[in-house]
This record gives sequence, structure tokens and C-alpha cells, in this order.
Amino acid sequence: MSKILIICAHPNLRKSRLNRALVQIASTLRDVEVHDLYQHYPHFDIDINAEQTRLTNASAVIFLHPIYWYSCPALMKEWIDTVLQQGFAFGRNGTKLAGKHWLSVISTGGDKDAYCDSGTHHYGVTEFMIPFERTAHLCGMHYLPPLVCHNADKISDKDISTHCDIFAEMMSELLTGITQEK
Amino acid sequence: MDHGGLMYQAFIFLLAAVISVPIAKRLGLGSVLGYLLAGVAIGPFALGLVGHNVENIMHFAEFGVVMMLFLVGLELQPSLLWKLRLPILGLGGLQVLLTTAAISAAALAFGLPWQWALAVGLILALSSTAIVLQSLNEKGLMGTEAGQSSFAVLLFQDITVIPMLALLPVLAITTDTTDLASGHAESVVGLSGWQHTLAVLGAVVGIIIGGRVLIRPLFRFIAATRLREIFTATALLLVIGIALLMGLVGLSAALGTFLAGVVLAESEYRHELEAEIEPFKGLLLGLFFISVGASIDFALLAEKPLLIATLVCLLISIKFIVLITLAKIFRLQNNQQWTFTFALAQSGEFCFVLFSFASQNHILPADVIDPLIVVVALSMALTPLLMIINDRCVQPLFLRNTTETREADTIDNGETDVIIAGFGRFGQIIDRSLNLSGYSTTVLEHDAVQVENLRKFGHKVFYGDASRQDLLHAAGGDTAKLLVIALDDHEKVMDIITLAKRHFPHLKIYARARGRVQAHELHKAGVDGFVRETFHSALAMSEQVMGALGMHAYEAHKTMRTFRKFDEQHLRDMIHVEQDPKAYISNAQKNRAELEKVMQADEEDPELLEQQHWGHK
Repeated sequence: MSKILIICAHPNLRKSRLNRALVQIASTLRDVEVHDLYQHYPHFDIDINAEQTRLTNASAVIFLHPIYWYSCPALMKEWIDTVLQQGFAFGRNGTKLAGKHWLSVISTGGDKDAYCDSGTHHYGVTEFMIPFERTAHLCGMHYLPPLVCHNADKISDKDISTHCDIFAEMMSELLTGITQEK
Repeated sequence: MDHGGLMYQAFIFLLAAVISVPIAKRLGLGSVLGYLLAGVAIGPFALGLVGHNVENIMHFAEFGVVMMLFLVGLELQPSLLWKLRLPILGLGGLQVLLTTAAISAAALAFGLPWQWALAVGLILALSSTAIVLQSLNEKGLMGTEAGQSSFAVLLFQDITVIPMLALLPVLAITTDTTDLASGHAESVVGLSGWQHTLAVLGAVVGIIIGGRVLIRPLFRFIAATRLREIFTATALLLVIGIALLMGLVGLSAALGTFLAGVVLAESEYRHELEAEIEPFKGLLLGLFFISVGASIDFALLAEKPLLIATLVCLLISIKFIVLITLAKIFRLQNNQQWTFTFALAQSGEFCFVLFSFASQNHILPADVIDPLIVVVALSMALTPLLMIINDRCVQPLFLRNTTETREADTIDNGETDVIIAGFGRFGQIIDRSLNLSGYSTTVLEHDAVQVENLRKFGHKVFYGDASRQDLLHAAGGDTAKLLVIALDDHEKVMDIITLAKRHFPHLKIYARARGRVQAHELHKAGVDGFVRETFHSALAMSEQVMGALGMHAYEAHKTMRTFRKFDEQHLRDMIHVEQDPKAYISNAQKNRAELEKVMQADEEDPELLEQQHWGHK
């Protein structure tokens, strides 16, 4: 049974070198299920029951997506809106996700410098991620600091490879952490 | 000119068929009547293009009937045949029995001795397998109750020919033993009664066992040679061989090949055999019908028109009464009863065979046989006409009868939001999804059979033609908000639009379009919306196929959407240039080039088509 569920939400995975590499490395690991939302639901008609079963079976959920307009791509927002139902993820008896880990693995087009008080966007990534952090907390999940890759379009192959190593390291920590907890 | 030349004869027959059959078909008369008329036209009593050897040609062409029964057999699995045993024996048996009795009685009334009367009754009781099956097939009626029952009766009649050949000589009044023997010698070569029975049994068992054991490996061997013409030759050899064998033991060739067909119905070469024999059958049957037409003795008809006409009417009436009585006893459906009766109310090709047999064996004198042959031929020629009468005059009565009761239902539907015209594959989906969203619908369907089927599934469907103003009114044309026209018949769609625009102008109209041209017409007619009937399903399939080829699902979906957007835009653009075919084509080419350019550019530079994702420059 896979213990990490990777919710991958990229509308054009074929053209994203970084995210392709991340998916590639994740799919070589045991106990990791990569779930490509845009492949499964090109028409946005999400199978809520199937998604909830996937979540229930996982111990940690990694959200792998680019940052579009200070948020996630549209299908992932639709996924959050429909799958994380009251009575399942939050509210009375909504405890199915409680205790699981939430890790966002995100990429931005802009430089690291753009994400600070004096930069183009005036705020840091942590602030922009507050909606996701709150979502995780409302579901009783452990929100981990996001793994961010800036300048994703222009990044060199070498930096991609370094980034992938960090990602792999985090996944293996999550897996051993999960094992220890049990 | 040399009338006997084979090429000349073939030319005349083919020319007559090629001219008259398409015309007959166009006029809705069916191909059989076309062939018969062609025969009359080239026959000795009209243009006189064929000599008096029509009889020889007819004997040759009778082989078409044999081939037809082989093909019929191929279509019939033994299990189906077993299922038909009751209609074959019951319906078929009673038909032959009652018709023989009635015709014999009539013949007695005409002052014939009882032996002659019985012989005439037996012979005329048979119907025409060739004409009936061909006509029913052409009308697509073989699968119906009437078609199956007709087939059962015809099959029994074909079987009956054998005992008739045995029985008829007994009825000869001038017992001339030498002649009798020579008549018999044709079929049963010097065999005594029990030997003959053994021979018959042997032949039948031989066909069954041979068909099961020998034929399959033979065809496998032949098929392995990959020589198509040898396969054709083998198929023909098989049919002709069986026909000869049957002739040798005195059975009907048609019955033998039918049996062989049934035996082979379960073999894997069934479809190949069908394909090989079919064209021969078609041509020979055509030839047969032409020769029937050509052999009608108009001289005799001109000589005794009243007698012949009376006899034809009498024959058809007797058959008609017997058939409709049987149809009622065997409880065929109302409209099927009439199709069955109209189809079988003639005498058939076996009558010619049996009459010539009767004449050779001095069972019947020529002055009885000659007018009766004309009667038989005329009754055959009248069959397609009778079936047209059934189609045009009798069958609609049943539709109207049921329509009236169904129309009465329409009123109880109350006011609904939507009227849906046409409840085929298209309308059903619209209706179901509208009902799911809580909209009420009134559904009109003009196909009575479809209405019956849908009723069984619990759909509330009203029989009726939505292009009639009173019906559209009864369906709630004044109160409904919207009309969906989901018919596939474009002419009808246009009629309904015109009608609705004139009488119910407040109705919004959404219509199914067959293709581009029809979509333009719908647009011009001012519909509020249209959908090309296969456009979206083809797109859905293309999306699936792109996915299957390895494209990412979302990318495939977007490609499909791009195509859809361009194609729909193109459709709108073309509405204005539609009148000029040259501009139409050049515009279509331009559009295709443009789409290709866009898809190409998208590949190289994501900015052009795709929504540009901010932050990912």
C-alpha cells in the first residue's frame, strides 16, 4: 500500500522540465503514488469517492503544482473544493485526514527576490501559501514548510537535478517518519 | 437476326433488366415486378426480341430458385429451424391441405373429373418461393412475424413437391403404363419402391454427414490456395452437385440445397459461401422472373380474356381466404396477418414444373394446362402489385387506427416546458437529461414500432408526426417554452421549423442538423440553436484516440477544444459564402491552413493559443 500520495496538478506537464523530473523521481520510489489530476480529469469531472479513498489510504499528501496567479492551477482548486467535503475532511466527523502530512512542492516563474517586501510581489511565498496552510490545519493535517523552486522556466539541468535530490530526500524522510510513527 | 445466339440473348435479357428494374424500383414497384415487366416487353407477344425458347431459359433460370434456397438455408441455423417446426407443419400443412381442397372443389364445379380437379388443386396450392422471398427480403420484412410465417409455409410447400411428384401419376385417367414408367425413369432409375426410399434417405444422410465432415476440410484446403475463383468454383460445384444428386434420387433440388445450406449454416465459411453464391442467385433469379414475364401467353389471354381473368381472380381469392383464415387461427398480429396473406396469394414456379410433369404423364390434358399456366404466371406477376396494395392501402389503416387512440393520449400530458419531436437515439438523450433536471417534456415520435418499444421501457411517448399543426398544438405548442427537433430526416425538420415559426412564434427552436449544409439551412430558417448530429461524438472519439496514442489527456482535450472552436467559427463564416461553391472551397482550405498554423505555433510558442500563465514567462 502506498503511503505517500502525490497530487500532481500541472496543465502542461509535457512542457515543464522541472515538474517532469520531479514526477519521474517520485514514481521510482516504493510506497509513493503519483496521481496526475489533469490526466485523470481533463474535463474537470472529479470522481470524489475515488479521490477520498486515495486520501484515506495515504499517510502523507504531497501537492505538486506550479504557482499561477498566487495560487494553484484551476483543477487543483476544483479538487480541493469538491473532494475535501464536510464530514470527510472537516466539520463534525470530518476526521479522515487528521494526522496526515501536507507538503506543497511548488514552482514559480519569478526570482526568489521578487517574493519579499521589497520585491515585485511585495510578500513572501509563505504568505501566499496561507490558504493552503489553513486548509491543511482545518483538516487536522500537519502542514510542512513548502519546497519551492523559483525561476522554474530558466533553471539549469544541474539545478533541476539538485532540486530533485532534495525532493527525494524529503520523501524518504516522510516515509521513514511515517514508518516510525506506526 | 439470329435469335438463338447466346451473346444476343444475354444482351437482350441484360438490357431489359438494366432498363426496367431501376425504373420499377424508382417507382416503388420493387425489382420483381421490374423483371416481370422486362420479360413481358421482350417476350414474343410484345417486342418479340426473344424466340420461343423462353421455356429452356426458364428451366435454366429455375436454378436461381435452388441457389436462393441454399442461401436461405445458410441463414438458418438448425436451432432456428427447430423453433419454426410448428409453423412449418401446422401453418404450412394446413395451407396446402385447405387450398388444395378449395381449388379442387372449384375445379369440380368447372366440370373437371375428380382426378383432374385434385391434380389441379395440388399443383396450384403451391406459392412462389422466388417472388415471395425476394419481395419480403427487399422490403426488409423477413425478420417480421409475417416474413417468418411466409417462409415456414413456403418451406413446407417445397417439401410437398416430392410426394406430389409421386402421387400425381396415380391420378392419371388414361393409365398408360409405358408413359408412366418413362416419366418416372427421369428421376428414379429403375429402382423399386423400397430401394428408392433407401436412395432418398441415403442422399439426405449423405448431405448431412458430408456437410459436417467433408465440406469443412475441403473449404479449408481450397481457401488455403488463396485463389478466389477456385473458391467460387467450389461453392458452385457444391450447389450444382447437390442439385444433381437430388435429381438422381427424385428429390427436389431446392430442398436438397436448402438442407445443405442448413448444415453449413454453422460452419466458418458461411459468409464466404453467401458472398460467392449471392451474385449468381441474383442474376439467375432475375433471369427467371424475366422468363416468367416472357412466357405469359398473351395470345391465349386475348382469346379467352374472361375465362383467364375469372380464373386468376378465383385463384387469388381462394388463396387469400385460406391464408387470412389461417393467419387468424394462428393468431398473427393484425397488420402481420395481411402482409402474410398478400404475400402468399399466388401460385409459383413449381407449378410450371408440375404442369409439365403432368403433361408428360398424361395426367392433365393440354387444354386444361395451357390456360392454367397463363393463370399462374399472371398470379405471380400480380404479387408485387398485391404487396404494393398492402403497403399503401392496408398497412396504413393499422397505423391510423392505432394513431387515433394514441393521439387521444396526448391531451392528458398537461402543460410541459419542452416539446421533443423525434425519440430516436438523439431525442432520448435530450429527454432523459432534461427530465433529470426537472423539466417536463412532451415527446412525439412518428415511428409506431419505436413508440411500442419505448412504451415497454416505461417511456411516455406519443405517436404522431410533429409536422402536423394539430398535433403540435395538441402537444402543447401554445404553452411550451421550447421545441427540440431531434429527427434525422432533414426535410421533416425544416417542415416542422416552418410550421412552428408560423403558428407558435413564441417557441424557441433547437434542431438537430445532419451536417454542415443542413446546419446552414437551419441557421437561415432562424433556429435558436443547432447541433450537428455526429460532430461532438466524433470529437469525443478523436480525444480518446489521441489519449490512446500517448498524448496527455488534458492536452488531447485542449486540442479537441481548439479544433471545435475553429470548426464552429468556420461553420459560421461559411454561412455567408455558401452560395458560391468556389469561394466555399477556397475558404475551407484557408481555414484548414489557419488551424494547422495555430496548432503548429502552439507547439513552438505557448503564448498564441493557450491561456498565458502568469509567472511562467
